[in-house]
Amino acid sequence: MAVCIAVIAKENYPLYIRSIPAEQELKFHYTVHTSLDVVDEKVSAMGKALVDQRELYLGLLYPTEDYKVSLLSRLGIPCVKSMFPNQLHRYGYVTNSKVKFVMVVDSSNTALRDNEIRSMFRKLHNSYTDVMCNPFYNPGDRIHSRAFDNMVTSMMVQVC
Amino acid sequence: MKKHYAKREITELCGAKRVGYFGLTQFYVALKLIAAAQSGLPVQVESIKCELPLPQFMALKNDEIRYSNPTELHGMKCQIPYVTMEKNSFKRVDDGEKQQEKMSPIMSPVSSPPSSPSSYQRVPLTYGYGKLRSGMDQMHAAPYETRQHTLQQEGSTSGSHGPKPTRRQTSLIQSLSVEREPQESNSNYPDDPWRITEEQREYYINQFKSLQPDLSSFISGSLAKNFFTKSKLTIPELSYIWELSDVDCDGALTLPEFCAAFHLIVARKNGYPLPESLPQTLQPDYLQTAFLKPKWDCALFDSYSESMPVNQQPRDLNRIEKSSIKEKTDLTAPAQDVNIDDKQALKISSVDEAMPKDLSVDTATSKDLNTLKARPRSRSYSNTSLEEAMKRVEEPPTPPPRPQKSHSRTSSLDLNKVFQPNAPAAKPGLLPPPPALPPRPLMSQVLHHNTSNDSISQTKLPGQLPGYGDFRLLEQTEQVSEIELHPQLTRTPSQTEESGSPVKKDLPHTQPPSKPIRRKFRPENQVMENQEPSSVSGTSSVPTVPTVKPHASIQKQSSKQKKAIQTAIRKNKEANAVLARLNSELQQQLKEVHQERIALENQLEQLRPVTVL
Repeated sequence: MAVCIAVIAKENYPLYIRSIPAEQELKFHYTVHTSLDVVDEKVSAMGKALVDQRELYLGLLYPTEDYKVSLLSRLGIPCVKSMFPNQLHRYGYVTNSKVKFVMVVDSSNTALRDNEIRSMFRKLHNSYTDVMCNPFYNPGDRIHSRAFDNMVTSMMVQVC
Repeated sequence: MKKHYAKREITELCGAKRVGYFGLTQFYVALKLIAAAQSGLPVQVESIKCELPLPQFMALKNDEIRYSNPTELHGMKCQIPYVTMEKNSFKRVDDGEKQQEKMSPIMSPVSSPPSSPSSYQRVPLTYGYGKLRSGMDQMHAAPYETRQHTLQQEGSTSGSHGPKPTRRQTSLIQSLSVEREPQESNSNYPDDPWRITEEQREYYINQFKSLQPDLSSFISGSLAKNFFTKSKLTIPELSYIWELSDVDCDGALTLPEFCAAFHLIVARKNGYPLPESLPQTLQPDYLQTAFLKPKWDCALFDSYSESMPVNQQPRDLNRIEKSSIKEKTDLTAPAQDVNIDDKQALKISSVDEAMPKDLSVDTATSKDLNTLKARPRSRSYSNTSLEEAMKRVEEPPTPPPRPQKSHSRTSSLDLNKVFQPNAPAAKPGLLPPPPALPPRPLMSQVLHHNTSNDSISQTKLPGQLPGYGDFRLLEQTEQVSEIELHPQLTRTPSQTEESGSPVKKDLPHTQPPSKPIRRKFRPENQVMENQEPSSVSGTSSVPTVPTVKPHASIQKQSSKQKKAIQTAIRKNKEANAVLARLNSELQQQLKEVHQERIALENQLEQLRPVTVL
């Protein structure tokens, strides 16, 4: 179940963060922030092949006490992900415009398959594109779109 | 006396005593019981389940009853705001079939009390009414379903007419609430404020054309953004409206999308809260079909409009209800009910002038009622608020032309005229008439003119005197004899005219700057007058006065034109004078700077051999 979904801009500031247990929001902010370093590392490691449609599944970013972060990028390099019980997985996704989506998933529920995560990211990406289509949205603003909110809510509830 | 007894029974029955106050349910029940009592039925719970006309609160307007009732109703009204804030009462209402059944008949008279009592209790009730509306909004969605339930239930129980008036009334109430505060409930029927009328559609199409001539093509996002930003809504709201209206999320608006967006903006400007999702009437596919079939409403609505003219008596809600009942019998789809209800709601609103709130539902006239169903409602709705909003939105696209920067009759410098190349061209043409008199006596005459100006109109003097002063100063300075000449020329004829014709002193009272001009034309007028009477004098029968008058009018017109030109000339001359002065000052400064430069160069030369060494 997705407990937190975050959209990070290119300059690494959040455009949208939403988490289900509200009291842990700060914690999620922190984990998302730390995961950004890993994202940057992976992305820079990729180099020039940026227009690749394949996704990169980076696996566990680093073993934190409670959460597991795994990064999913668009570059298609497979990695191993180890599963810990009652842990939270973090998934990442980078778009071509260096906008990153980070998703924290609770693995205590059914172990979400890779494809499900990817489909969730795809939906996120589509919604984000719709937000960008709005001429009143300035890239770099916080995302206040209700449609986006609804989609995220549905994803969080559904995955729960 | 009977009524008081009945009231007590009603209050008991409706449970007010039980609850301790007139809650909403209690209020509804009470009203229904009142209706029953007025129609002669025994005050019992069973009686309210039958078909009942609305309780006539007309009687409340009688003086004798007024004092007794207002307290009660006022008390009830005071309770209503309190109650409407409580959603529990609504939920309580929704529970249970019995209450559901009660709801629909109970809701029926709701329209009357809020409106008719408010007719005589303006101020305190309006607030209550507004609260009632807001409260009704909460229960809007729920009663709709209950209404449908009751429809099915009651259809089998009482007569066919029974449920219909109640249904009408409930839908009327719903429509009223929709009218006042149309929140997007989960109702299946389209909200009427979100329905686009023909007028609006045409307006939207015109605006679309102004942005994009091809009606089948798109308006790009940036273009639409600029356009909608002019509506002065906040960016988040505009962003939300875009989200709602751009269904295919392509960043561009087709014609139906554009109309939907425009309509949402107009509604928002009129105070309607934005819906959670795009109303059905604003969906692009709906609008597409609507564009194709703009007249399907007409046929249906004409049948309604026939019965509508019955409701020409604004203050009689009862009759409105009856007509609504008649109409309802003809209606099939619930959507149409709502439309009619809205129409009646409009009437009701127009009826009750005290009806505060809203959105400018204007007084639905009989004409509106006679026209198409959706149109009159929304036309009256559009006539006032929407048109104003449209005009407001119109203004940004076509901002009113800036007023020409033309000084009327002041001696201030008009730089626009100064830099106009055409101005000098106008001058030479008018110069010839002035230089008839020698410049010499002008000074004295200028002074004389000034004094005369002082005596005649003191208000304009401050503006006038500096002008004269400037020209006098110019005369005193060396240069531009032209500048001297021009103002003097303008004033010489004025002086002569003034001396020549002391008759028309009323003209100078208007504005002294114009005086010289008018005076200038005086001799011309007089000349013309002299000439023409002489020509006319041949015909003795014709009196001189009428002949003089038309000539005078013609002369006035020509004099006005010349006057305008003369003002322009004068302004240009003034500008010239100022610029000439400026020029002279600058030249002096230039000379000084030259001298300084020479001095510095000398010093430099003196110092140079020293440094070289």
